[in-house]
Amino acid sequence: MAQSKHEKIESNVFLLIVLTLLTVSVGGLLEIVPLFFQHSTTSPVDYKGNQLNVKPYDPVRLVGRDIYIREGCYNCHSQMIRPFRAETERYGHYSVAGEYIYDHPFQWGSKRTGPDLARVGGRYSDEWHRVHLNNPRDVVPESNMPAFPWLNRPVKADDIQDRMRALNKVGLHKYSDEEIAAAPAAIKGKTELDAVVAYLQGMGLALQNVK
Amino acid sequence: MADFISGFWNMYVMVIVALSLLFCVFVLVSNMTKREAGPVQLHGHVWDETLAEYNNPLPRWWMYLFWITIGFAVVYLAIYPGFGKTNQERGEHAQYEAEMKAANEKYGPIFAKYRGMDLAAVAADPEAKAMGQRMFLTYCAQCHGSAAQGAKGFPNLTDDEWQWGGEAETIKTTITGGRIAMMPPFGPSLGAEGVKDVANYVRSLSGLAHDSLRAQRGAELFQQNCVACHGADAKGNTAMGAPNLTNKIWLYGSSEATIIETITNGRNNRMPQFGEFLGEDKVHLLAAYVVGLSKK
Repeated sequence: MAQSKHEKIESNVFLLIVLTLLTVSVGGLLEIVPLFFQHSTTSPVDYKGNQLNVKPYDPVRLVGRDIYIREGCYNCHSQMIRPFRAETERYGHYSVAGEYIYDHPFQWGSKRTGPDLARVGGRYSDEWHRVHLNNPRDVVPESNMPAFPWLNRPVKADDIQDRMRALNKVGLHKYSDEEIAAAPAAIKGKTELDAVVAYLQGMGLALQNVK
Repeated sequence: MADFISGFWNMYVMVIVALSLLFCVFVLVSNMTKREAGPVQLHGHVWDETLAEYNNPLPRWWMYLFWITIGFAVVYLAIYPGFGKTNQERGEHAQYEAEMKAANEKYGPIFAKYRGMDLAAVAADPEAKAMGQRMFLTYCAQCHGSAAQGAKGFPNLTDDEWQWGGEAETIKTTITGGRIAMMPPFGPSLGAEGVKDVANYVRSLSGLAHDSLRAQRGAELFQQNCVACHGADAKGNTAMGAPNLTNKIWLYGSSEATIIETITNGRNNRMPQFGEFLGEDKVHLLAAYVVGLSKK
């Protein structure tokens, strides 16, 4: 019996591996690789090339962001406003790639049990965030968000300098030696609550009030 | 697209897209075998003593699905941006703009109609009220509550007490520009005893239980420290958002402990500004809705 074409591949492990890898890599080669070579995804500009006021996280916000990740906020909150009217009416201008260049890892999320937070900065007062994080029901009786009462404790961030140095190795971060040296002083005396509120209040300001 | 840092990436994408499509065509064509007459062929290998595998051609419907996806890819590349084209009019941003334009054409006249009416008239309009309520639930309920009942530190909008003034235009100003309310801490200057005295005096103003000796001493301290904002009669000052202390309405609570906390540490809160985010049309409707909530 003549050997069929697919049998040639199926009975040769090396050929099977190589061809499988080639096949599954096409999607990534086309949809992921070019993103590393686009202005709109690698620099603080929107898709039209306008400059965005996006800054690397200062130490307090960086700590707040780590707490956001630690507490699993991304499980219920997305940080990505899609270009649909239903979303922009509620949250503000849709998100653009250039806003995330300092997010390592990004917190886009995939599920909205709670609202999107991409532009939450400035939408509520600091005081509201404090009350709300301590016990959401105090301000929003209908809320099903868990309370985070333990955040009112000093930040433990003896690794903030290492954290900043590590970020300097990925993406576009360029924390200077002075900034890294000053980081422990900047977060000294802050509570975790302070840090999370600072992080939230800085979110999405680049296109905050742009229609 | 000019968005790429060099023209190479255009070619890169186009070449891989074209090659992978051609490869799919090649795979499909090279596997278009027909079933031969006679018994179905078997693969050569046998395992578990008697198990063997048929070597049938791929099902025809399944092959057709592949041809359809290839055809879809070609049509898609021809119509939408990509493959060297930059026809942004079919891109996601243009689709969004079109959606917004259609919505503005539909809802714009309704907003314009209400914007042309004064706030009291809008407040009395049932349709405007329904629109205002929906927006209130989206943008305002997180702090002021879904029934505008407020919460500790966040004002109740259904009473007739207004920290910054309750005239319709003032409410609109508040929503547009936000408000920052700051009561400075008096703990350091008054001392623990002084704070307690003032707290007792403040409670006496609205007839709450208090130590009258302390209240007497507190009255004096009040005149020295508090009247600049709250006024000599403690009726507050809407120009700077200093609450009326005589009307039994308490933003942070009326217990002695809470008032002591307020005086000692001060209070710091703000109403965020919504003018830029929502735009005048929506602010107008929201202001009218809030005007309609108030007891009067």
